[in-house]
Amino acid sequence: MDSSSDHTASRERENLLAMLKAEQRKSGYLSEEFIAEMAKSLTIPISEVYGVATFYTFLSTKPLGRNVIRICKSLPCYLKNCQLIIESVEKELGITPGEASPDGRFSFELVNCIGACDKAPAMLVNNDVHGNLTPRKIAQILNSYK
Amino acid sequence: MPEKRVVLKNCEVIDPRDIATHLDRDGFMALEKVRGITPEEVIEDVEASGLMGRGGAGFPCGVKWELARKAPGDEKFLICNADEGEVGTFKDRYILEHDPFTLIEGMAIAAYAIGAKKAYIYLRGEYHYLLDVLTSAVDQAKEKGFLEHLDMQVREGAGAYICGEESALMDSIEGKRGEARYRPPFPPTKGLWEKPTIINNVETLMNIPQIILNGAAWFNEMGTEKSKGTKVFSVSGDVERPGVYELVMGSELKEVVIDLAGAKNVKMVQVGGATGGVIPYAMIHTPLSYETVLGSGGITVFHEGRDIIDFVHRSMEFLAEESCGKCTPCREGTEVMVEILGRLTQGEGVQEDIQVLEELSNVMMLSSLCGLGQAAPIPVLDTLKYFRNEYENRIRQSVFLRTLRGIK
Repeated sequence: MDSSSDHTASRERENLLAMLKAEQRKSGYLSEEFIAEMAKSLTIPISEVYGVATFYTFLSTKPLGRNVIRICKSLPCYLKNCQLIIESVEKELGITPGEASPDGRFSFELVNCIGACDKAPAMLVNNDVHGNLTPRKIAQILNSYK
Repeated sequence: MPEKRVVLKNCEVIDPRDIATHLDRDGFMALEKVRGITPEEVIEDVEASGLMGRGGAGFPCGVKWELARKAPGDEKFLICNADEGEVGTFKDRYILEHDPFTLIEGMAIAAYAIGAKKAYIYLRGEYHYLLDVLTSAVDQAKEKGFLEHLDMQVREGAGAYICGEESALMDSIEGKRGEARYRPPFPPTKGLWEKPTIINNVETLMNIPQIILNGAAWFNEMGTEKSKGTKVFSVSGDVERPGVYELVMGSELKEVVIDLAGAKNVKMVQVGGATGGVIPYAMIHTPLSYETVLGSGGITVFHEGRDIIDFVHRSMEFLAEESCGKCTPCREGTEVMVEILGRLTQGEGVQEDIQVLEELSNVMMLSSLCGLGQAAPIPVLDTLKYFRNEYENRIRQSVFLRTLRGIK
């Protein structure tokens, strides 16, 4: 293989992250089959695709719920009692961080700084940011996601 | 000194979805002006302004551009780093939300100066809700003919703090795990796909149009000897009015934390995110500049009731989680620090812990591959410097309580 074709091959990977994100959105996770398929189409080892799939917080190799709750646990939110928000979500859904609700409606994760520190405590539900949270607001917010 | 809105001059003034409102306020005039001068002259202007990188590292912007301009090769890239992941930092979010056009103009000028025909905006995955306003702004600029010689695209991250580190960011755009690269070579000579690449922070690029329009001397008049212009700060934590504030470089920490954000009973302030320096209240008059403390301009305020060791422990947990794992000093060092600090918070500290923390800090700063591991010990060392008695008291109490229970 000469250097120019090697070069082209490396650039085909450019869309890998975007393609994994699209699949994540569509199927809720990245299956072994999908990862193998991606590796084949890009002619790179499966381990390379798996490496990318497991590196980023927003990608998952296990099925997630239809709606993903991501509560920020970094310092500015911690200073504003994010623990109370975490407990409210736990109580509301009956699951702990890292779990999905049995009906598949929600996944619940704790994440690092989401850049909403001026509205702390804050969380993302899917791509929506919710700030200045109080335990009382939680039920209402979660109700709006079906 | 009150707030001075240079970078933020259009924020909450224009409609971020309508380029016409931006054009009414001298929008894209700087780009027009630049078309009439050579790229070298643009770089000279930026160099003379003294503008330094606003993302945290503070490298002189013009010098970096010149390196890329002079690097051999036809294919060069410009990347705007909008992967604002530093804890307590949200200024770029505010800028993108309110004035995407000035950023695009700044990028068009930068691309012209370095000779790039392709430019990327790398937006963090957490800010997906800004994608619409950003791509619509790029499309409007294209329609108006401002991006004729430039292919500008938005790339999204997927949740990884380390991708804000420029070499990891390039790996992420290339479709890989976002891990830091060994340097040299540096990006201006070998960056994205080994081509000369300039990576600038959102705020850095926001400064460019006004430097071009008003001149380097105008910009140079603001600030201190080494820190020119203004800085946008993100203030959060124990304050009454969290938010984004822009002040001239060299303004006192007190002005932004107490006068503007309304903090009371301050114990300490962390400046620059999770790896930022710690300033005790006694030093609240410290000027904010590259010569003192600055970083990304993230400011987290802690009141008197806050526990220092708990704070450092939480910062270190964050860094351990976000370490990319490529180099040993950072991957293992952050984990060992979490373990030691965790024991300290639980009353299980031993006398040797302080010494081990200091030795480990030195090793990590000397031998880590990128800024994450190199700067991770800063909060540890700073709090050991200013609040050492809190560490010593905690250990002494722990040892005493264990003695009472007959445990060594």
